[in-house]
Amino acid sequence: MNTNQICRAVMVLALSTSLTAVAEEKAVTDSERIEQYREMISDGNPAEFDEMRGEELWKTPAGPKNASLEQCDLGKGKGVVKGAYAEMPRYFKDTKMVQDLESRLLTCMTTLQGIPEEQITAKPFASDKKDSDISSLATYVAGQSKGMKMKVSTKHPKVKEAYEIGKRIFNYRAGPYDFACSTCHATSGVRIRMQDLPNMRSSKKDAQTAYTSWPAYRVSQGLTRSFQWRLNDCFRQQRFPEPKFASEATIALTTYLAVSANGAKYAGPGLKR
Amino acid sequence: MKTKSMIGFAVSLSLAMVAAPSHAGSTAKDLDAKTAMIVKRDFRDKGIAKATRVNQDELQAACSKYVDKLPKKLKAKLEAKEAEAIQWPADGKYMGDWKAGEKLAQSGKGMTWKDKEEDPRGGNCYNCHQLSATEIAYGTIGPSLLHFGKERGYGEDIQRYAYARIYSAKAGNACANMPRFGHMGILTEAQMKDLVALLLDPESPVNK
Repeated sequence: MNTNQICRAVMVLALSTSLTAVAEEKAVTDSERIEQYREMISDGNPAEFDEMRGEELWKTPAGPKNASLEQCDLGKGKGVVKGAYAEMPRYFKDTKMVQDLESRLLTCMTTLQGIPEEQITAKPFASDKKDSDISSLATYVAGQSKGMKMKVSTKHPKVKEAYEIGKRIFNYRAGPYDFACSTCHATSGVRIRMQDLPNMRSSKKDAQTAYTSWPAYRVSQGLTRSFQWRLNDCFRQQRFPEPKFASEATIALTTYLAVSANGAKYAGPGLKR
Repeated sequence: MKTKSMIGFAVSLSLAMVAAPSHAGSTAKDLDAKTAMIVKRDFRDKGIAKATRVNQDELQAACSKYVDKLPKKLKAKLEAKEAEAIQWPADGKYMGDWKAGEKLAQSGKGMTWKDKEEDPRGGNCYNCHQLSATEIAYGTIGPSLLHFGKERGYGEDIQRYAYARIYSAKAGNACANMPRFGHMGILTEAQMKDLVALLLDPESPVNK
């Protein structure tokens, strides 16, 4: 075979492979493609930068009291981060409240570090222009539960109550569109436009997969997003007014969703379209 | 035991059961009340999305309470009320321009706290329905409307039906997922006519 022939053979081979690829691509759905993409870059999820940033913030003295968060009790004792997220939301005796991770971080940042609450809640989510400390902290803490089973206990009556209220908020229809969370998230196998929708009401598997993937890096936004952000943006699309950051309503709803995910291994921080 | 006292006993027993705490001292009624209090307190104005949007009308409250499975009588009552509230086009015509309708169907914009009051609002149709054969990025929350007119005919009855469905889907099914585009003032009469045309103009891609 001369060089020319080799070249031709290579070209034919390349062409036929790409043609097969095109044919195959047609049978592949968008969600499968996203899944492939996820696998491709799962070794290098950009959310890891946020985890590192959060760890730094956790350990570095800050705020008017110049204290780190290493004395913060996330429910498993002061400074224990490992596995804490897999058991949240939970009841905290000192605040006499059920708290999700972000509301608990808010407590620690205000009490231990002396940072005014309004300073944190005014812009609690990251933007192109500015990182969010509380989101990075949440990403770090959540990451420390990777591979651990979700076990949010409803033994405490206050947690049980939060679960019941969360369930009601999930079904609460209001606003100009009459939407509730359940409008999009209570049927299996449906999608909005091309986006698959998890059935958070009656599919254990959907609820588990969805819940355990947050916080997550959103490729389309180039930002790592927390669970409070996830709920916030859902309510925006529901045409609701804005839920207050770390409010009882959002904690109750998170409790309902977290309990529905019980038994699954925490798989975040995740990666989304 | 006499019949009367037996009835009395049964009544008081069932009353006790209704009032019995489902868990830890909170009855379902307590939880409903607490949920309402929390929702009213924990949402705030943002842009055009005012906090008052969480206040439910009768239908929203009923569908929430019964988790979209209403008792028959209540369902019929609410549907009748919705049907009665439909404002029909003054000129008696239901058909607009299907091309404008297709544009509306494509758009999912409007009424979120990121939108402005004057921003044009979309019909959100493709979010949930298949409509034309050429648009493959359609949602599946609602039924496919492909060939809507082709399969049902193009007469005035079906036009009137489609207009009513868009104006208030709740007139046909009280707890339908679909927004009430006329009832809630989301779309104008002219826009709703354009959507009727998208469904029922023989030239519309929906019927090709």
